[in-house]
Amino acid sequence: MKTTTHHVTRGSERPPVAVEVKGLSKTYGTQRVLTDINLAVKPGEIFAIMGPSGSGKSVLLRQIAGLDLPTAGTARIDGQDPADPDTRDRFALALVFQAGALFNSLTVYDNLALYLLEHRLHSRPEIRDRVMRVLKILSLEGAVHKYPSELSGGMKKRVAIARALVMEPQLILFDEPTSELDPVMSATIAEIIAALRQHIVITTIVVTHDRDLALTIADRVAILMKGKLVCVTTPAELRTLPNPAVQDFLTPKIDLQNPRYKQLEVSS
Amino acid sequence: MKSIVNDTCDGIGSGVLLAYRAFASLPTAPRILKRVVEQAYLGSYTSLPIVVILSFFIGAVLALQTGITMADVSMQQMIGTVVGESMTRELGPMMVAIILAGRVGSAITAELASMKVYQEVDALITMNIPPERFLVLPRLIAVLFFMPMLTLVGIVVGWIGGAVVCKYVQIIDLSPELYFRSLRQFLSVSDLTHGLVKGQIFGFVIILTACNTGLRTTGGPREIGAAVTRSVVLSLILILVLDFFITKVLA
Repeated sequence: MKTTTHHVTRGSERPPVAVEVKGLSKTYGTQRVLTDINLAVKPGEIFAIMGPSGSGKSVLLRQIAGLDLPTAGTARIDGQDPADPDTRDRFALALVFQAGALFNSLTVYDNLALYLLEHRLHSRPEIRDRVMRVLKILSLEGAVHKYPSELSGGMKKRVAIARALVMEPQLILFDEPTSELDPVMSATIAEIIAALRQHIVITTIVVTHDRDLALTIADRVAILMKGKLVCVTTPAELRTLPNPAVQDFLTPKIDLQNPRYKQLEVSS
Repeated sequence: MKSIVNDTCDGIGSGVLLAYRAFASLPTAPRILKRVVEQAYLGSYTSLPIVVILSFFIGAVLALQTGITMADVSMQQMIGTVVGESMTRELGPMMVAIILAGRVGSAITAELASMKVYQEVDALITMNIPPERFLVLPRLIAVLFFMPMLTLVGIVVGWIGGAVVCKYVQIIDLSPELYFRSLRQFLSVSDLTHGLVKGQIFGFVIILTACNTGLRTTGGPREIGAAVTRSVVLSLILILVLDFFITKVLA
């Protein structure tokens, strides 16, 4: 599926923002999920955070979005606290959730228009124009009156991206945008994320364990393992990084002789 | 024991905070008018049939029980007073509150808990739409409008249930005229106010408990069911405890 290449015009041309994480740690009860994370995302950059399942990627994203407070350290968007509603207002921070988090009681149109209606940013005809334009960009015109329960997984993801785009964000965060999608739809989502930067100036942080996605679209990649930041580098340098754990993650080997699988043997 | 006390204090504290945050966004109420009307419709109109049926039979059973006893001592003419006072001050608001907790409160908790578990609430927060304003305030305003009406319907239908029993049960054999005369004789406006105030407080507490329990849900789909049970049980306990104190204060 190809997306049409219309420009998403911004009401006011606002510059993309920088994100800085300093000494961030997060503990749930006695379990330490993130340990002393330090990273800086430049304005306008596509920054991917990769790592195996359970490495703390989504938790880190929640700290950056201000949905959770860190146990220690800070996350800042252009020096401002993301948990502060004023910061969210100023930068129109958008988060595309792993499962979409679409409002099930609202149609696709209402899901997209909600932010603009609630914040009274435009007149109703302007909101309609804006929503329809974004739906067209993502080839979703046919789904405008549908409810989320009537959409496929790929469509839900695209609606979630569309909902983020109508906000005209300066910072957009993606949580596992290609999870549960087939390779064709994953490629489409990757194409959309990459195309976004071509057409609008926006800082993008993508949390994913999809190597192809991260290495294709990202300017820089951070690898997170067991809650610790292993490296921050470019996709080209990542492939040659002399770190066995990172290389194992990037090119997993299938080992059918692994002793742990011996228990699977069934006596005939 | 210590954890029960902690959980109780935590629940009460978060409920009070939730109500405060919701009403702090009251100046934006015109923006949520459509949602208030929607919630009032869901809470009142859809609950009306069950309120009518239950209140009718509560009034009828009350008249039958007291009627049989009073008929033994030829005091049937006092049935109207007993049913009227009981339905107005106690059973009317109580029955409507129980229906509200079981029908509306449980649905609200299930909806909000599901929104919390499936990150819809997080999505609202990232959009800078406070869940207290978008999800809680419309429901709290709606209940303040529809609860007095629902309570009044419950009370009046209960009276009618009593009158029907008095007329058609032979052992009692009291005409509706005499029944309503005795009802009017001892029932005052303050009794009615008492019942409506009780209903109003019950309704507010039930909806607040439902919203608070829903928004505090964490975990997966299994917790949604647990949250609904917790919300209904907590609402019923709160209604009974509050009933005692409200009666004491209003008396």
